[in-house]
Amino acid sequence: MLEIRGLRANVGEKEILRGIDLTVNAGEVHAVMGPNGSGKSTLAQVLAGHPGYQVTGGSAVYEGQDLLGMEPEARARAGVFLAFQYPVEIAGVTNGYFLRSAYNEIRKANGGEELDPLDFADLMDEKLKLVEWDHGVLTRFVNSGFSGGEKKRNEILQMAVLEPKLAILDETDSGLDIDALRIVAEGVNRLRRPDNATILVTHYQRLLNYIVPDYVHVLSQGRIIKSGGKDLALELEARGYEWLGGEAA
Amino acid sequence: MTSTFLQALEAPSHPARTATEPGWLTTLRANAAARFHEIGLPTTRNEDWKFTSVAAIGQGTFAVPAETLPSAGVVAALPAYRFGVSGWCELVFINGRYVPELSDVPASQGLTVHSLRDAIQESPSVLETRLGKVTDFDMQAFTALNTACMSDGAVVHVAPGAVPQFPVHLLYLTDMEQGPVATHPRTLIVAGESSDITVIESYGSVSGSIHFTNAVTEVLVGDNARVEHIKIQRESERAFHVGTIEAVQGADSRFRSFSFAIGGVLARTNIYSIMNAPGSDCTMNGLYLLHGTQHIDHQTRIEHAQPNCTSREIYKGVLDGSSHGVFNGKVFVRPEAQKTDGKQTNKNLLLSDGAKVDTKPQLEIFADDVKCTHGATVGRLDEIGLFYLQSRGIGSAVARRLLTYGFAAEVLAEVTQEPIRQQLERLVFEMLETSVR
Repeated sequence: MLEIRGLRANVGEKEILRGIDLTVNAGEVHAVMGPNGSGKSTLAQVLAGHPGYQVTGGSAVYEGQDLLGMEPEARARAGVFLAFQYPVEIAGVTNGYFLRSAYNEIRKANGGEELDPLDFADLMDEKLKLVEWDHGVLTRFVNSGFSGGEKKRNEILQMAVLEPKLAILDETDSGLDIDALRIVAEGVNRLRRPDNATILVTHYQRLLNYIVPDYVHVLSQGRIIKSGGKDLALELEARGYEWLGGEAA
Repeated sequence: MTSTFLQALEAPSHPARTATEPGWLTTLRANAAARFHEIGLPTTRNEDWKFTSVAAIGQGTFAVPAETLPSAGVVAALPAYRFGVSGWCELVFINGRYVPELSDVPASQGLTVHSLRDAIQESPSVLETRLGKVTDFDMQAFTALNTACMSDGAVVHVAPGAVPQFPVHLLYLTDMEQGPVATHPRTLIVAGESSDITVIESYGSVSGSIHFTNAVTEVLVGDNARVEHIKIQRESERAFHVGTIEAVQGADSRFRSFSFAIGGVLARTNIYSIMNAPGSDCTMNGLYLLHGTQHIDHQTRIEHAQPNCTSREIYKGVLDGSSHGVFNGKVFVRPEAQKTDGKQTNKNLLLSDGAKVDTKPQLEIFADDVKCTHGATVGRLDEIGLFYLQSRGIGSAVARRLLTYGFAAEVLAEVTQEPIRQQLERLVFEMLETSVR
C-alpha cells in the first residue's frame, strides 16, 4: 500500500527527516515511536502534504501513485487520512457541515453521489455511536472550544466517516485521560479491516495496550534506527529510548 | 457643493414641504436646513471622516423621487428581502415613500406601527416630544440633512410592558427607473418601560444604478426595556449610503445592535448609544463584506455615562478586490461611570493584496474603577486551517470559501432571531461563492 524510500524533509533550512524507509501493507498496523524531536510527527505531516515542510529527497509510493506529488486534498480523496496532533479550530463552520462537505467531496472524487443532509444524518447515527457521541456535537463549530480529548475524539469521528485506506494517527493518545483513550482506541480498532492500514505515531507505549501493532519502528534524528514486533514497544517502555544508543538521547 | 440638496428641498414639489405638518416640525426642519447650510458635508479633515471622502455625494445630482406606483421589478424583488416567515410586521418603502399595499401590519398588544407621514397626521404630539430629541444634528451634517428633508419613514411605539410576538421589519427599497434619486428615511423607535422589541431595517436597490440613501434612526430604550436592532444594508454596488442610528438607554435597559453591510460603492453607518442610567447593557456587533472597489465605513460610539453598565462589541470584516473598509469604534467612560465593563473587538480578513482596512478602536476612560479591553486585527486566511480542510478532501477553493465563511459566520451567531440569521448566512455564502475562488 505504501512504500517509503529514502525520504528526506526540511523545515526551512533544518533537515528533520534524513532518509526514512518504511513499507506498509494492507491489514497492518505500524507504530512509529521515538523521543521528542525525532521526526515522527514530521513524517506523519509530510505524508499528508503539510505545506510547512519541504521534501528534499526520496519517494513515497501509495497504491502505485507518487504520493508526494499530490495536493493534500488529492491524497485525502485517494484514501489517506491524518489524525492531527493539534486539530485546528474553525469557528463559524459547524462540525456537521464540515463532515458532510468532506464526505461528499471524497465521494464525488471517487465517482459517487453526494449524500443529502437527511441521508447524511442517518450515516452519522452509526458513526457517532463509534465514538460514543450524540448529534449535539454536529451543531458545534469545528473543534472550537473543544477540550483536548474532544478534539482527538473528533479526529476519530472524521476518520470513521471518511473511511480511509491509510490512516495516520499523530500522537492521538497525547493529553487523553483513560476514558477518552479507551473511546479513541476502540474507535480505531473497530475501523480496522483487512484492506486498510494504520500508522500510529506515538511517544508512549500506553496506546499500544489498546491498539496492538504488527510492527514497531523507532525513529531517532530523522531515521528509523530499529524495527521489530509489538514486544519492542514494551522493551522501550521498560528501558527508555537511551538503550538504543547515544544517537537517540 | 451642499446646495443641490437644499435646492431640492426648496422646490415646491418637495414632499417635505407639501405635507401639512405642525409648526414645530417646520421649525425643526428649518433649523436643520440652516445648520446643514452652515457646516456643509464633512471633509476628510474632519477626524470622524478621515478615511472616508463623501465628495462624490456632494458632487452628485440626486433628484427628489417622484411619486409612482410600485414597479413590477419592485414587487418581484420583495421576497429576497423577506425572512421566509409569515406573521411579521413589515412596512415597505419605495423611494422613501410608504407603500401600504405591499406592507403588512398585524395587530399586537401594545405595539403601534405607523409610517412617519401617517404619524405626523394622526399623533403629532407623540412625535413632538421625541422626534429629533435623540440625534443631535449640530455637528452631524447628514443628520441635519435628513432632518431637513425627511418626508417619510416609520414610527414604532411599544407600550410599557409590551412584548410583541414578532419583529418589525422596515424595508427601504430604492427603485431607480426614474434616475438618480436621494431618499432620507427617518425611523423612530420608542420602547416603553419593560418592553421588548426587535426591529430590522433593510436597505436595498431594485436595479443597479446610482442613488443616495441618507437614513436616520432614533431609538428610545425605556427603563428595563430591551431593543434589538438589525440593519441589513445590501444596496446596489453603485449606491451611496449614509445611515445613523442613535439610541438613548434608560436604567437596566438592553440595546443590541447588529449592522450587516455588503452594499454600496460608498457606505457609512454610524451607530451611537448612550447609557444614561445605571445597570444597562449595550451590545454592538457587525459584519461587513467588501469586494471590487467598495468602500464601507462603520463608526460606533458607546457612551458609559452612569455606573454598572456593560458593553460588548464585535465587528468583523472580509475584504476582497481593491476594496477599502473602515472601522472606528469609540467607547467613552465618563467619570461617573464606575464599575464599567466594556469589551470591543474588530477583526478583519484580507482576501487580496489590493484590499485595505483602516481600523481604529478607541477607548476614552475618565473613571478609575473600570474593566475595559479593546483590540483589532487584520490578517489573512490561516494556512494551517486550509491544510486541515484540504487534508479532509476539500479542494483549496472550497476550503478558502469555507474558512472565510466561518470567519464571517462566527459573528452572525450573535443574531438571535433564527430566520434573520439564516438570511444573513445565505447572503454571505452567496457572496463568497461568486468572489472567493
